[in-house]
Amino acid sequence: MAPVLELRGITKSFPGVLANDSINLSVEKGKILALLGENGAGKTTLMNILYGLYKPDKGQIFINGEEVAIQNPSDAIARGIGMVHQHFMLIPVMTATENVMLGVEPIRYGIFLDKAKVAKRILEISTQYDLEVDPNAYISDLPVGAQQRVEIIKVLYRQADILILDEPTAVLTPQEVEGLFKVLRSLVANGKSVIFITHKLKEVLAIADTISVLRGGKVVGTLNTKDASQEKLATLMVGREVNLVVKKKPATPGGVVLSVKDLCVRDESENLIVDRASFEVHAGEVLGVAGVQGNGQTELVYALTGLAHVLSGEISIMGKPLHHSSPRNILERGVAHIPEDRQRHGLILPFPVHDNLVLCTYYQPPFTKGLDLQQKIIIETAEKLVDQFDVRTPNVFVPVSTLSGGNQQKVIVAREFSRPIKLLIASQPTRGLDVGSIEYIHSRIVEKRDEGTAVLLVSPELDEIIALSDRIAVMYKGQIVDIVPAERVNKAYLGLLMAGVKSKEALEMAPTTSMEEVDRVT
Amino acid sequence: MENVSPPKPAVSENKQGGNSKEKKRNGSKLFQTLLVPVLALLTGFIIGAIVIALSNDAVIASYRNIFRDPGAALAATWSAISVAYGSLFYGSFGSVTEIFHSIQTYYSTGDSKAFLLAIYPFTESLTTVTPYILAGLAVAVGFKCGLFNIGAEGQFGIGALCSAYVGYAMHAPWYIHLPLALLAGAAGGALWGAIPGLLKGLTGAHEVVTTIMMNYVSFRLSDWLLNGPMKASGFRPLTPVIDNSAMLPQFFPDPLRLNWGFIIALAIAFLVYWFLFKTPIGFEIRAVGANPDGARYAGMNIVKNFVLAMTISGALAGLAGAVQVLGVDHWVGQGFSSGYGFDSIAIALLGQSHPLGVVLAALLWGTLRSGATNMQLNAGVPIEIISIIQGLVIVFVAAPAVIRWIYRIRAISTQTTVLTRGWGK
Repeated sequence: MAPVLELRGITKSFPGVLANDSINLSVEKGKILALLGENGAGKTTLMNILYGLYKPDKGQIFINGEEVAIQNPSDAIARGIGMVHQHFMLIPVMTATENVMLGVEPIRYGIFLDKAKVAKRILEISTQYDLEVDPNAYISDLPVGAQQRVEIIKVLYRQADILILDEPTAVLTPQEVEGLFKVLRSLVANGKSVIFITHKLKEVLAIADTISVLRGGKVVGTLNTKDASQEKLATLMVGREVNLVVKKKPATPGGVVLSVKDLCVRDESENLIVDRASFEVHAGEVLGVAGVQGNGQTELVYALTGLAHVLSGEISIMGKPLHHSSPRNILERGVAHIPEDRQRHGLILPFPVHDNLVLCTYYQPPFTKGLDLQQKIIIETAEKLVDQFDVRTPNVFVPVSTLSGGNQQKVIVAREFSRPIKLLIASQPTRGLDVGSIEYIHSRIVEKRDEGTAVLLVSPELDEIIALSDRIAVMYKGQIVDIVPAERVNKAYLGLLMAGVKSKEALEMAPTTSMEEVDRVT
Repeated sequence: MENVSPPKPAVSENKQGGNSKEKKRNGSKLFQTLLVPVLALLTGFIIGAIVIALSNDAVIASYRNIFRDPGAALAATWSAISVAYGSLFYGSFGSVTEIFHSIQTYYSTGDSKAFLLAIYPFTESLTTVTPYILAGLAVAVGFKCGLFNIGAEGQFGIGALCSAYVGYAMHAPWYIHLPLALLAGAAGGALWGAIPGLLKGLTGAHEVVTTIMMNYVSFRLSDWLLNGPMKASGFRPLTPVIDNSAMLPQFFPDPLRLNWGFIIALAIAFLVYWFLFKTPIGFEIRAVGANPDGARYAGMNIVKNFVLAMTISGALAGLAGAVQVLGVDHWVGQGFSSGYGFDSIAIALLGQSHPLGVVLAALLWGTLRSGATNMQLNAGVPIEIISIIQGLVIVFVAAPAVIRWIYRIRAISTQTTVLTRGWGK
């Protein structure tokens, strides 16, 4: 039987770059194909071609053995191709039903919307595929995992047979990822086919039937999951052997650099989002803050860096208290901050690379003399940093927005690390980055730690926390529920704490005697 | 990492050839920046020509007989358009031959009258351009900080009133009086701009709303001042004429009104450029404008920059009013500003908020305005046609996709040249 979808020799070039180079892919009916590749490997372009957003320069697309020309997304939908985007295309003030019927509204008596019919169909779909969703819930009230289920229902409602999921796990908690995998399995059991795009090796191995690895616009390997291993995939993906394990010596902690006592912070809607948090970070150690996203980590970091108001409690850096200090004041006291949202906070996107590299120090000598910005010195410094931190950019004059995510992050790291710092606050420092960049940034953070910098690492990815931290704090509903040394860590225990189980009960449920081997793979 | 794009050798090569690469980059960037405004202008004139032809009785009449005499119809169309644009051009720049002959006359007879008459249209154009440069810069500075200052009109009016007051109420030697009058104008505008800036910074009130409201306050305030405290004796609501010592000196004798205001405007444009692009304060303003969250993260004070940018913006608009009063009008009357503040929004847009662009856009705007009078006189084409052309140009500049569509130009693809981007962004 012909594969449900086959791509032959797809080639697409943009000025100056060959995004797809004679790509061959095929998806069998009822199977999951994982498309693995780093950012910029050409996954985006390929899927946009399949979804009719780009026209290929060369190549053919076959659906059920029949050659098709896909001119636009409606063509793709008509051919049974459905796409679930990484950033959901939902309208928050509408209900799940209303979102699903958007664009294909059924009409009753000529003018009335037939919502009931859609709701009924949603319930049918959700029972058939294990997609639990309340049709009448407003999107804004739904957790991220449920929003994703609405997106999948939207696609199924339009009778898609081939589902493309673009980095679907990037926004999910570990539990939600499990839920998604269950849904995917039930989809393929019902005869649907899935293309799963990701750069996370573990997920690929857990869910895919076959894996195609893309690098530099080419398919560098297609293998069955049973023949694949993390090391093999990583090597294919990056094109060289990758160190998946973060190498680090035991920490040699020094004095207290950051001390937080009973910190309370309110969020924008005046809810107490950080609730009496207390902890200390010592020089030369990494304190990891684990927790499901939205449990106050973001606001904790904002409060520490002066971006949010402190309601009560005390923060001191090197023994000196921080009282409603401005962000600049805090920066000048030797705090570096790798922000969670690099495009919103970390960079001025339209500005050239060189300006972004001096974004925190432009007003100090030698970059400013009197009222004059020293353009020459700024450019020289920037060129040095670009070299030193291996930022891939044609030159330092291009807008930083033209760089890939990994290189944008390197710009931030270069800027923050080039200042004399005592405390590094890294918030999701590898979010959305490829394996190569993750490896690089992790090793840089460990390097800083070894130089004696205190590091506060915040990340919802437990693997990252475990790989880098010397001590691990778990945050749940704004409270630090426990702090444990990393060498005695128990993943199951941490997972239970993150899910809100009290530390005593969690110990009973995951006793330390059954401690599993620490998985230091990211 | 030999397989990750771009390859490392290419990077270092680029760095070595940094200088020439940079020049090339600047060259094509300049071309890209100018392409849309220039085509917008061209398109505006073409549509303007159609409107001129359609509103001309002779042309319409000739088209009734188009099948019998198509040549006459085309000739009538051509003559209507060429007479209109010809007199527009003459009104804006004068005639090159006249200027040339008048110079000859001056050298042979020593009589400068003909020369002054010949350059009159051009000097008038530059005189008209002057307030547009300053007011355009005002709006551009706001744009650079991410603020839409619609209040240039009100700031212009307040600036004019302040400098007029200093001009007639104080008496001092020119080297004190004139700078003081200019400063008063800038200060008045600065105050009028700072208030919306403060409101925005401290309370989050949107500057579009507050500047519009400040405009109304300034209109009514000036009505009251011109009918009361600042009214000169007589029936009409006017201020007294300012002292000679407060007037900006003219380059030529009357009726050529071109004065030092033009030079001041050019100098200020350069100063604004230097300030925005070469000083740390300007760097901050631009950073706040491009990404306030990022600027705050980097330690910049958003409130301070909002207030500063609005104050500078207001000061520039106020200075525009001052220069107009001290250089051209010498008194202030009701309805004085006649839309300078609003036109300046268009000029800042057309100039892409860059000081050099603003100067060029203001030159264009002012010369068109100035030439339009002559067009109305000589060709009988209503002055409003210029407003149509200007309006079209702005629409095209604001919606560059239209121009790209008309001329089949591809969008600037700076994004795809070197590095592709990952999913989702």
